[in-house]
Amino acid sequence: MEVPELTSENQAKAQKKLSLISFSGDFDKLVATFTLATGAAAVGYEVNIFFTFWGLDAIKKKQGRAFVGKGFLGKLFGFFMGGLRSAPVSRLNFLGLSPKIFRYLMRKKNVATLEELVEAAKALEINLYACEMAMHILGLEKSDFIHEVKGVLGVATFLELSEGGRTIFI
Amino acid sequence: MATFKLDITREHCPMTFVKTKIQLSKLNAGDVLEVLLTEGEPLENVPKSSREQGFNVLEVSHVEGVVHKILIQK
Repeated sequence: MEVPELTSENQAKAQKKLSLISFSGDFDKLVATFTLATGAAAVGYEVNIFFTFWGLDAIKKKQGRAFVGKGFLGKLFGFFMGGLRSAPVSRLNFLGLSPKIFRYLMRKKNVATLEELVEAAKALEINLYACEMAMHILGLEKSDFIHEVKGVLGVATFLELSEGGRTIFI
Repeated sequence: MATFKLDITREHCPMTFVKTKIQLSKLNAGDVLEVLLTEGEPLENVPKSSREQGFNVLEVSHVEGVVHKILIQK
């Protein structure tokens, strides 16, 4: 068996991995997450995104407000949290008006919208994972998410997956 | 072997790389992708990242103004 020489170049190639923890669920922070993720995947990185808490909204099948989740409180929370299309911006949200203005500006200035970035992430086969603990609190199941979600994980598995690469919390 | 065209002159980061990569993934080995791109980050990094990923950059040439053309073979 031929063993590749461990040059600094080979080492750099072996370590080209980016793992993102998508926590916030805010429109602008999701844009940052998916911009980094798709950009990195396009230049050859292996990319993992671990969605937890509010971040889970980004991977729900139902992109608007819907009573997704189990139990009365779960469903109520699910409704107020909404999905990708109802994500608020982290500052100056103006009761949901700002995300609409952002989407308009992004289209007008030919910058990829959040939805386009998510579609690109799917096309680039970025690894999407959901946090088991946050799903349990919110009464969400894997079937509530888009089918591209590869698996439901805990901290230990995420650490294993992200080892040897860079990790960013957004 | 076929040649395909992609214009990313109106795209911004990260879609310049993303569209190139997605288009390259659809090609067969030996096919060539002609990419029109602008100076700055796209011109500096699209050929570089293509080479790093094992694609063959056959040509980088100036078209007009800030527009350049690169030929990438899969």
